[in-house]
Amino acid sequence: MQVNEKEFKPTIVAFCCNWCSYAGADLAGTNRLNYPADVKIIRVPCSCRVNPMFILRAFQRGADGVIMCGCHPGDCHYTTGNYYARRRMTLLFSMLDYLGIERERTRVEWVSAAEGAKFAATMNEFVETVTKLGENKRLEDLRCKEK
Amino acid sequence: MQRIGVFVCWCGSNIAATVDVEAVSEALKSEPGVVFSTNYQYMCSEAGQNMIKDAIKEHNLTGVVICSCSPRMHEATFRKTVQGAGLNPYMVEIANIREQCSWIHKDKQTGTEKAIILGKAAIAKVHLNAPLTAGESPVVKRALVIGGGIAGIQTALDIAEAGFDVDIVETKPTIGGKMTQIDKTFPTLDCAACILTPKMVDCAQNEKIHIYSYSEVTAVKGFVGNFTVSIKKKARYVDTTKCTGCGVCTEKCPVKNVPNEFNLGMNNRRAIYIPFAQAVPKVATIDADYCNMLKNGKCGVCSKVCTAGAIDYKQQDEIIEERYGAIVAATGFNPIKLDNFDEFAYSQSKDVITSLEFERLTNAAGPTSGQLLRPSDGKHPHTIVFVQCVGSRDTSGCGKPYCSKICCMYTAKHAMLTREKYPDTDVYVFYIDVRTPGKNFDEFYRRAVEDYNVHYIKGMVGKVAPRADGTLDVQASDLISNEQLHISADLVVLAAAIEPDKSARPLATMLTASMDTNDFFTEAHAKLRPVESPTAGVFLSGTCQGPKDIPETVSQASAAAAKVIGLLCKDKLTCNPCVAHSDEMLCNGCSSCEKVCPYGAITYSDKEFRMPDRTTAIRRVAAVNEAVCQGCGACTVACPSGAMDLKGFSNKQIMAEVDAICK
Amino acid sequence: MSKVTKEQVLRSSGVNVLKCMRCGKCSATCPSYDEMEYHPHQFVYMVEKGDLEPLLNSDSIYKCLSCYACVERCPRGVEPAKVVEGIRNAVLRQSGMNHIKAENIPEMLDEDLPQQAIVSAFRKYKR
Repeated sequence: MQVNEKEFKPTIVAFCCNWCSYAGADLAGTNRLNYPADVKIIRVPCSCRVNPMFILRAFQRGADGVIMCGCHPGDCHYTTGNYYARRRMTLLFSMLDYLGIERERTRVEWVSAAEGAKFAATMNEFVETVTKLGENKRLEDLRCKEK
Repeated sequence: MQRIGVFVCWCGSNIAATVDVEAVSEALKSEPGVVFSTNYQYMCSEAGQNMIKDAIKEHNLTGVVICSCSPRMHEATFRKTVQGAGLNPYMVEIANIREQCSWIHKDKQTGTEKAIILGKAAIAKVHLNAPLTAGESPVVKRALVIGGGIAGIQTALDIAEAGFDVDIVETKPTIGGKMTQIDKTFPTLDCAACILTPKMVDCAQNEKIHIYSYSEVTAVKGFVGNFTVSIKKKARYVDTTKCTGCGVCTEKCPVKNVPNEFNLGMNNRRAIYIPFAQAVPKVATIDADYCNMLKNGKCGVCSKVCTAGAIDYKQQDEIIEERYGAIVAATGFNPIKLDNFDEFAYSQSKDVITSLEFERLTNAAGPTSGQLLRPSDGKHPHTIVFVQCVGSRDTSGCGKPYCSKICCMYTAKHAMLTREKYPDTDVYVFYIDVRTPGKNFDEFYRRAVEDYNVHYIKGMVGKVAPRADGTLDVQASDLISNEQLHISADLVVLAAAIEPDKSARPLATMLTASMDTNDFFTEAHAKLRPVESPTAGVFLSGTCQGPKDIPETVSQASAAAAKVIGLLCKDKLTCNPCVAHSDEMLCNGCSSCEKVCPYGAITYSDKEFRMPDRTTAIRRVAAVNEAVCQGCGACTVACPSGAMDLKGFSNKQIMAEVDAICK
Repeated sequence: MSKVTKEQVLRSSGVNVLKCMRCGKCSATCPSYDEMEYHPHQFVYMVEKGDLEPLLNSDSIYKCLSCYACVERCPRGVEPAKVVEGIRNAVLRQSGMNHIKAENIPEMLDEDLPQQAIVSAFRKYKR
């Protein structure tokens, strides 16, 4: 089935660390700041818990974009977790690049617990970017697709 | 296969207005493993909780999914609920359909669809949940208070009162903080020193309190109940155990031109000094930047005159390590630098001063012995203009976006005291809004206007220009009479915004406590947990959390103390059971996990294993110390063999969530 | 003459008047305050209210020196001078005539006048 550009609703997975970004997402909600429903958040204790495997799995299962949010560098609840995450993601992103997944489909953002507005703005912008890119088919495993 | 119950909360209309709760509970009913699904007005209410308990018993549930507000809000509540019904508390998963769904979407269909997906993800996760038991860790019965201002002093006194040891770390040579520099306090006008110094003395005399003055925290390790803190005792070149505080050295020291920070540089002190008469501890300190002996080895006067033999030019910085169960941040504030406000001529004219400088000018221990004199020529000012909101409520980038809260009241106090002491003075106050919420605060401000005839003008000063005759031309707007005023003033007092102390940011990093964009510490909950940091075991006292006046600071300081006492009373703390776990059969002994662990929770040991061919082999495998592990999960990703996993957030659980969302 | 709308002024000036907290620092700082019938803070407030008629008919729009002192010192970044400019532009665009004709430009040129001034004046005053 041909997906119409206008009707296309991306599937976006957001990994948020429990201490900063998840709280930032909650704050966006508390302040009633809108962002598209295409974003679904998965809570992880720290950005360093995000295994690159999870991101590949998301793309394999049909996600169109994956964003990972953590505490600002230096502010990690576990002191150094986001530094590990940053390095791992840099490597993963260059691999995705090699695989031909557009660079814009993956992103790392630092959102603190006080930055509800930044969270909403980031999500709005990311969804817009991914929507423009259209459906991600490159890594999608068609065997996983529901009929 | 789990038997899962799904409970969808309406949260009154908070969720039900944009999510069709009936449709959500209906849709989730057909998910695999779901044997019961319902919705209710308030799941967190007693009736709602009983509903969950009854359902667990009636339907023999092994897992529970609650679609409600953020897990940061009520996860603990619902864990307790299921525990009450005999289920393991970690068999609950929460789908956040309020903060991350109903509150951000306006369209009911969109909201409902998203809520269903979030519910499915939670169901997928709970399928893989396993019962977890929390371990225990001991509590060190000692507290650390960082900052020795009125906030730190009050917190320390209250903790000591309860019978616990408490240490105060203060960077200055004396405790007391900003309040020592203030002359009178609103709204009762009692003298700040008279009410503060007895508390400072109490601190010094209390055997439960230990003061590390002229010291800094340089490193913090550990976690709630068991912090290890490195404290740097800066060299003061005076043996504090010998110094009697007689002050002879501070009179004989030949270096007389050191700007006195206690009087904000409005007069000078010596290179060896005691900040002020009531300092605690009352011992001298040598300023290494100015001391001739320390700079070029030529002097030694203080050493000669000291009868106690307390001077020690060879003293070095000393780092000590101490263990604490709880840490209180009380780092306080400073007035902002006024470099961005050239229009007020602060740097051009000595007669344009900040409010804190005004406090020193009216204080009997200040540079003018309490006489209100112009800094430039020492004459009595006859026209004084106070400017409020200098750098506060400023979103242009020059100042601070928040209201500094205390300026309206202290300006009213200054204006009133000036009029009382010098009735021949004309006092003008330029205000944008006068904000006086607080007991007897508005009455106080009205007294300044009605009884003391202070001219309050609604408007702002645009420009202050020094004139050749020494007066200051104050150009301002009067918005009510709609005119532009030119006032010829003798003294202009700027109510500068306050900002958190610069030491707060590096401290927050050490404590892994979060901060807002203005560098104020973030509280665990803006309304319900205002004195706790989101980091367990770290508490907040005073202005490091947000602008506050003295009464508010003291109440918060006592509140923080109560929280600390509550923590220190416990002998053991329940640990977070969501910790890492290594599967010994998969571990290849590579040490990758050990290297990334920020807590040193992973150790390796050689262990004997029975191999499939019935031989035994000795293999090097990792083991996690569950009391030390904080559950960040860094090791789980570093592990190349997939042996390391995190309980409660296992690889399989997260992937199940990913799958549910991407379907 | 079609009606000048608030939206038109807000769009052409690029100013968000809702950011104003009514401190009056713009008027406190204005060097041509005494010359103006309506003062910088009033421009912001009246545009916010949509009360444009008095401003459009007032001389004040020409008394503003565009010195930008108010813009520089406004603690909320409101930029009152741009609001004044927005009103002024609205009046000029409304007047239905060219204030400068292209063919008149050569005779206005002299060595002291920066060419950019001519270009900007042309842009401003041509219909």
